[in-house]
Amino acid sequence: MITLYHYLALSAVLFGLGLVGLMIRRNLLIILMCIEVLLNSANLAFVAFARYYGQMDAHVVTFFVMAVAAAEAAVGLGILLVLYRHRQTVNAADWKVMGG
Amino acid sequence: MRIAEGCNGKLYIRGVNKNLADIVIMISFSNTYLYLIPAFPLLGFVVNALLSMGAARRGKGFPEIISSVVACAMPTLSFGIALWAFCILKGLPENGVLQPEPLFSWISTSLIQIPFSFVFDHLSAVMVLVVTGVGSLIHYYSVGYMKGDVSYSRYLAYLNLFLFFMLLLVLGDNLLVLFVGWEGVGLCSYFLIGFWFTDAEKAKAGKKAFVVNRIGDFGFLVGLFYLVKTCVTQNTGEAPLYLSYSFLISHQEWFLPIATVMTLCFFVGATGKSAQIPLYIWLPDAMAGPTPVSALIHAATMVTAGIYMVARLFFLFHMAPLTLHIIALVGLATAVLAALIAITQYDIKKVLAYSTVSQLGYMFLALGVGAPQAALFHVVTHAFFKACLFLGAGSVIYAMHHEQDIRNMGGLFKKVPVTAFAFLVSTLAIAGIPPFAGFFSKDEILLNVYLHAPLWMYVTSLVAAGLTAFYMFRLFVYVFLGHERKTHNSHDHHEEHHSSQVPWIMDAPVAILGLLAILGGFLGVPEVLHGSNHFHHWLSFLTEGVEAHHVSHSLELTLMAVSTGWALLLSLTSLKLYSANLNWTAPLKNKFAPLYQLMQNKFYVDEVYTFLIVKPLLGISRVVLWKGADQKLIDGVLVHGWSGLSQFGAQALAFLQTGYLGHYLVLLTLGVVVLLVCLLGIF
Repeated sequence: MITLYHYLALSAVLFGLGLVGLMIRRNLLIILMCIEVLLNSANLAFVAFARYYGQMDAHVVTFFVMAVAAAEAAVGLGILLVLYRHRQTVNAADWKVMGG
Repeated sequence: MRIAEGCNGKLYIRGVNKNLADIVIMISFSNTYLYLIPAFPLLGFVVNALLSMGAARRGKGFPEIISSVVACAMPTLSFGIALWAFCILKGLPENGVLQPEPLFSWISTSLIQIPFSFVFDHLSAVMVLVVTGVGSLIHYYSVGYMKGDVSYSRYLAYLNLFLFFMLLLVLGDNLLVLFVGWEGVGLCSYFLIGFWFTDAEKAKAGKKAFVVNRIGDFGFLVGLFYLVKTCVTQNTGEAPLYLSYSFLISHQEWFLPIATVMTLCFFVGATGKSAQIPLYIWLPDAMAGPTPVSALIHAATMVTAGIYMVARLFFLFHMAPLTLHIIALVGLATAVLAALIAITQYDIKKVLAYSTVSQLGYMFLALGVGAPQAALFHVVTHAFFKACLFLGAGSVIYAMHHEQDIRNMGGLFKKVPVTAFAFLVSTLAIAGIPPFAGFFSKDEILLNVYLHAPLWMYVTSLVAAGLTAFYMFRLFVYVFLGHERKTHNSHDHHEEHHSSQVPWIMDAPVAILGLLAILGGFLGVPEVLHGSNHFHHWLSFLTEGVEAHHVSHSLELTLMAVSTGWALLLSLTSLKLYSANLNWTAPLKNKFAPLYQLMQNKFYVDEVYTFLIVKPLLGISRVVLWKGADQKLIDGVLVHGWSGLSQFGAQALAFLQTGYLGHYLVLLTLGVVVLLVCLLGIF
């Protein structure tokens, strides 16, 4: 029997993976993908709760998140492209102009 | 009782039997004209200050004639108005006052009201006439003396400003207006002592005068605060107070419990301004200024401000016998000490400066024994003869090409006859030889000392009077008699343009003052000499309520004979000894070498002050205040400490800001985790 907790556990694992990836990876493309993983882990939790409580509200949020994720991917990839043209690199470590 | 109610005093006319001329004067005179008396010198100051600034901008001066005309016309106009007001005042019934409406309300609170107002009563009339009269003469003299100075306009501007403040001081109807004038004259004194400020010594003398005066002013201020506080706490009525003199007089019983302390504070102020022990040290140094300044400020007017103030508040001083004793003692000590120093000095202006200190001591002695009339009489005659002496000294210095050492003078009678004659007359006057001005005033002081003080004080003041005669004739012999002791070839070739002929514009004021030194005493010829002692009666309101001592004529005549004989004896001795041999003191000097050294070096008072006060003060300022408080505490801890702390903090935090996104994210996550833990902890 697959319960709510399984879903939530999966969501948490996904979130953790995304977060760790975000922290340790330097490739901007991978970072964007990690963000997608993060968003989708949240989506999974929403949908799981929606099923559990039998309410539709969370589905709406999920759709919103998907729309935002799509937009974010488009914009993020656009920026990534421009950055690459600028310096021929997608390594985030090469972009540390904000260093103190 | 003196009249004038609150600040809304009006012209009081009670006597009706006036002749037509009086009435005509009366109608055309308005009390508000009194405000013009100080306004004219102020105008002169503004014009000359603008001229001086304009000259500085243009790089070359305006014609001196413009400055001269403006600067001389203004005091003369003031003198004219003062004379006019004096005529009106004379026509008023006894103890009438002229009091214009206040110019504006200066300080206005629910507790006190201090209007900016003037009063022209018998006392201020005397002072105003002396200040404007002698002041005008000295302005004329300055035109000749300062001719060709690069800062000619600036000099006249300061001189006019001084007159303005001095007139404010004597005309003000309350102590606050007086205080404005009091500080203002001190300021102008500072400007004029250090007039040639490129000479560091002279600038330093100005600074010394200013600082020493500030010490006195502090005492004055404390007294003033005390007075205002007493008035406010004593006032039970709802109406605000007007702190005018007439108000204070009519409520004098308020001050009875604190009179001693308060008057002592005021007296500290007077010792500063009027150069008494312990604050007299600035006056001899003040001779660094131009000589007409010494005549105007440091002999005739400003230094008498302290005496004016004590006389003005005499009703308070009268309630404090202890203060009066102290004043008498201080005055007497100053008179003797300064006279002793004067005997050994060789700088013509220094001798006159110490003589001024000594005479001021005399005036305080008179105040201390309860005779403000005698003190003011001496103020007036002293203004005449001492201004004459100083201006005469100025002419001598002018003729000698800035030579001030009397050992290098001599035989000047032929060279500057007018000056010499006026100088002689004034010397006779200050020595107290009848019938010259100083005799009458000094005699009145001595009489009062005899009547109201112990005998030893009378004897000591007599000794001081003798010393005065002695050193003044010493000075006279040194400067004017004998033969010329110096060939100034070394000087002449570079000062060829400067003729040693004294111009008439300098001679005339000296001559007029010399004349006043002869005639001034007749203002107050005592009754015993068949005079009517006008001066005393004119100022009788100062000691209102004090019963007059009745003196037998024989006693008065005896005292007069004693003092005259004594003054004559000392004058002739001095004349004879010094004429015969200027160095007759040489054996004495050797015999009493330590004593002579002591006197020659002014009793080392300056050195003692330097050692006891100035050095420790400078030391504390340097080590504690500068190096310690300022550099270590304020600069080190407060300024650099705080900036260093924030800099250190910034550096520490900058280490976190690596620029790697990942690091930020780690911190962000940690933050979220901490927040979550906190939240879980709460629930």
